[in-house]
Amino acid sequence: MYSRAYRTSVTIPPLLWVTVFLLVPYALLFCYSFWSVTPSREIVHNWSLRNYTELFRNSMYPTVLFRSMRIAGAVTALALVLGYPLAYYLSFHATKRKDLLYQLVIIPLWASYLVRGYAWKTILGSDGVLNGFLQYLYITHQPVEFFLYSPFAVVLTLTHIYTPFTFLPIYASLEHVPRNLIEASHDLGSSPWQSFWRVIAPLSLPGVLAGATFAFVLTLGDFLAPLLVGGPGGIMISNIVVTLFGAAYDWPKGGAISLCMLVIVVGILYLTERIERKFSFQ
Amino acid sequence: MTGGFQSGRAPLLTAYAVLVYAFLYLPIVVLVLYSFNGSGVGGFPPHGWTLDWYRTLGSDSALWDAVLNSAIVAIAAVAISLGLGLPAALALDRAEFPGKAAFRRLVLLPLILPGIITGLSLLTLFVGAQIHLSLLTVTLGHGTALISVATTEIFAGLQKLDRRQEEASLDLGANHWKTFWRVTLPNLRVSMIAAGLLIFTLSLDEIAVSFFLIGRDNTLPLEIWSRLRRGITPEINAISTLILLFSIATILIWYRLRTRSAPVEEVEEPAAALLPSALEGEAS
Repeated sequence: MYSRAYRTSVTIPPLLWVTVFLLVPYALLFCYSFWSVTPSREIVHNWSLRNYTELFRNSMYPTVLFRSMRIAGAVTALALVLGYPLAYYLSFHATKRKDLLYQLVIIPLWASYLVRGYAWKTILGSDGVLNGFLQYLYITHQPVEFFLYSPFAVVLTLTHIYTPFTFLPIYASLEHVPRNLIEASHDLGSSPWQSFWRVIAPLSLPGVLAGATFAFVLTLGDFLAPLLVGGPGGIMISNIVVTLFGAAYDWPKGGAISLCMLVIVVGILYLTERIERKFSFQ
Repeated sequence: MTGGFQSGRAPLLTAYAVLVYAFLYLPIVVLVLYSFNGSGVGGFPPHGWTLDWYRTLGSDSALWDAVLNSAIVAIAAVAISLGLGLPAALALDRAEFPGKAAFRRLVLLPLILPGIITGLSLLTLFVGAQIHLSLLTVTLGHGTALISVATTEIFAGLQKLDRRQEEASLDLGANHWKTFWRVTLPNLRVSMIAAGLLIFTLSLDEIAVSFFLIGRDNTLPLEIWSRLRRGITPEINAISTLILLFSIATILIWYRLRTRSAPVEEVEEPAAALLPSALEGEAS
């Protein structure tokens, strides 16, 4: 129904734009990762795998990468533990106030990352709100130092930021569970628990996967929360990349780590897609 | 309707949901409360209620420069992402071309990709092309990253569009361009406004991409960021409170616009469009 000219003119401009501003930059980052830098801070275009081999030889990089993955895993697990029951509650129990309760979740979803990160910094600090509160109640007498500038603070802050992200796809998938299937399972004599595990949980799996992917991938690439609340023990892989592109001025090695992150992210997206297709019941 | 715990009262689950809401809102409440606290950012209980921090804010010209910079960047980012998101959504909906699946993935990738990768890859482009970092490079970064949001929002609008109106217009002798201007675009108006609002808010709050592409002039989040490193005062709580109020207002208007034509269950969120199945399903 649409003419060739119409189809061409809607396709070409965005295609050109994403080629110049997404595809070419990714390719450039890819090139950088094979180049090297001289002590006088000049980028030399001599292609080698040295940046990659060095990533495995220096134990700092794998250590920080695994720490980042552990933090991302913890945030994902916590976001699911908080987000799934909330989505379940909204989908099956909140009848009248559903719309309001839903809006109360999307507000923190889209509201400023920096503002929320900053809020945790003021709460967890050694003269922060939490320490003030604990001393006010005479639970502690000295400020507790480990709240802020620890992996714990990073996990807490990022869980707060990504819980609404995991909630959203889970809620969408729960809303799409045909209600008559649940009724049928009740009529056939299953207990509520059985209905949940045999009907609702499998059908909401795509939402859980999407939510988990979101939380894991975005946490893995985060560098702001570690700078804000992490301290030395909470440094993540992206912080190393920031340093390499900044003060250390080793773009090639920074590029190599970024490329590894990109491969991990795309790999995770590919895996979740495969899993989802395998367990798709429709 | 259904028996057992899939409906009706569930006191434990309700209590749990209340706790999750408390977790989501506790930092926000603390932040706002301490913006009125005379004795600094920490400590408990807050005391010495004051509006001083908001007064300091009023005379802080560096901060208002940053607000203006952010507003300019956000408006330009809205123009770029809508200007390219509209044709991209139309292309995904209506055109068949080789590499369409790859194109869709590429457009939507910045939605799920950590900002650091988008920011750094664009940084290598700008440095390679010898373009000085400035508000322009930040704008190009935001615009490019947010095409993903514009595309998913407008694509959702296109799915609700009644194709028969377009067919009728063509049957009655209007050409494709006339049909586009008189039928398609007016029908997409609400989706475009909603997408624009969301993109404006996201650009205003964006920090991860801006971090790498900023020149001499700061956007508001980066101005706040640089102050955080120097030490924190309730003035930052005050500006954060104002940012929050603004975000909440635009998010609620966006939400109303989005749900005006469809009941809440049928709204596909941009985030839900990231479901791998949704990425696949858009082709069919």
